[in-house]
Amino acid sequence: MSPSPEHPRRAIETVFRMEAPRVIAGVARIVRDVGIAEELAQDALVAALEQWPEQGVPDNPGAWLMTIAKRRAIDLVRRRERYTDKLAEMGRDLASAPPHRDEPADPDDIDDDLLRLVFTACHPVLSAEARVALTLRLLGGLTTGEIARAVLAPEPTVAQRIVRAKRTLAAKAVAFEVPYGPDREARVGSVLEVIYLIFNEGYAATAGDDWLRPGLCEDALRLARVLAGLMPKESEVHGLAALLELQASRAAARTGPSGEPVLLKDQSRARWNQMLVRRGYAALARAQATASGRSLGPYALQAAIAACHAHAHTYEETDWRQIAALYGLLAARAPSPVVELNRAVAVSMAEGPAAGLALVDALAAEPALRGYHLLPSVRGDLLARLGRAADARAEFERAASLTRNGRERALLLARAAGC
Amino acid sequence: MPRFLTMIRVDEKNAPEGGPSPELQERMGALLEEITKAGVMLDTAGLKPVAEGSRVTWDQGELSVTDGPFTETKEVIGGYSIIQAKDKAEAIEWTKRFLKTHEEYWTITAEVREIEAG
Repeated sequence: MSPSPEHPRRAIETVFRMEAPRVIAGVARIVRDVGIAEELAQDALVAALEQWPEQGVPDNPGAWLMTIAKRRAIDLVRRRERYTDKLAEMGRDLASAPPHRDEPADPDDIDDDLLRLVFTACHPVLSAEARVALTLRLLGGLTTGEIARAVLAPEPTVAQRIVRAKRTLAAKAVAFEVPYGPDREARVGSVLEVIYLIFNEGYAATAGDDWLRPGLCEDALRLARVLAGLMPKESEVHGLAALLELQASRAAARTGPSGEPVLLKDQSRARWNQMLVRRGYAALARAQATASGRSLGPYALQAAIAACHAHAHTYEETDWRQIAALYGLLAARAPSPVVELNRAVAVSMAEGPAAGLALVDALAAEPALRGYHLLPSVRGDLLARLGRAADARAEFERAASLTRNGRERALLLARAAGC
Repeated sequence: MPRFLTMIRVDEKNAPEGGPSPELQERMGALLEEITKAGVMLDTAGLKPVAEGSRVTWDQGELSVTDGPFTETKEVIGGYSIIQAKDKAEAIEWTKRFLKTHEEYWTITAEVREIEAG
């Protein structure tokens, strides 16, 4: 029961990891370059590792790290300016107001900087892969090795991706700012897309045998919660947070004892995490409250659908009519063959398999769904419910040949064999 | 990313009369906001006095219910939090920050336990 002394290096690195996104964000506003900002933040970590074991951890370690990193940033800006000799006046302005060590950092300023960092890391000039890697690195606090393991890519590839992303941001002179103009909605969409991609990468690994890589889901969920705090007036940010909380609530029920996937209808609802369900409802309520008369966006609508499932104590009690109606709204708001396929499933549950099959058959020629394993999988399910066993088996086998997920393939082949 | 249950144990008899000071409540509120904004806090609450609690025991096939207060207890659980953190080191760092919001005359022990996944 005696208190154990903690390993100082480990404790310092932990504090740094927790504070790093805010430090990088605060410094990036000064140097206008996220790559340099990350290096300066690392310098502050080195300073902490040198000084804290001797002097003790400061009362406000985040402010300490921020002050050191910002001082170095200002030194750097000054050196640059001396070199070019053009912006000497601005250098004097910065020099006259150096941050004081005990000065409490204004949380609102830090939030603003963090939001700038979010929009920069998720900037549309970057590829989706680059945005994912940069967001996990700068905001999620993941190391390059952790990102590589998470996205199933070799570490040097991910390292290159991050370096190139930082270079692209610098080369295209991407402004370190929060967009407020006409492009804001699209830019917010780009941020949410990155978080959703990260979550889905973890939720249903499209390649490999891991059905679920929960680490990434949780990273995405944490980022979504952070975003909801940074942009409390954006309905879709709450919508995304709600969707992810509700989907994550089913994580424990989604895989069986040997890691095999368990479909929604077969899941033990007692294993759905009710704390996450409640958090999902609360976030959905915020999405509805902030929509302020406008219709819900695609993430909030998907969250509302997930909430319908969460409300049902059994699969049979699910309000399929409500779900079909929500998919109708979603199809109107964000039309896509995948949404239409999901609507077909809901309609089949509300009105019977024949009504669902009619909708699915209308999608058969859809080029976007060619090669998409869920189309034959859904069709097989509907045919099986209509008693057309041979047709159903052929569809399940086709679906199995199309999926890249080993565990899902096994599930589909088992269904084919059961017809 | 594991979840942690932190149980806050306080010595009810030596706890300051009148409960937490307004300053403490303010510092705690600011910290809770910070933890929530960091996407870490999932759920937290204080508990009513242990005197109002009950213990239900299953022992050798016998059920018994004992109402508080429990004379033999020195430290009681005064509150809890459930957080999601990257690892135990982060959970401990947040816990330290929570304890540091208290005045020096408090004696509190926070027990940090990882929640079994699945």
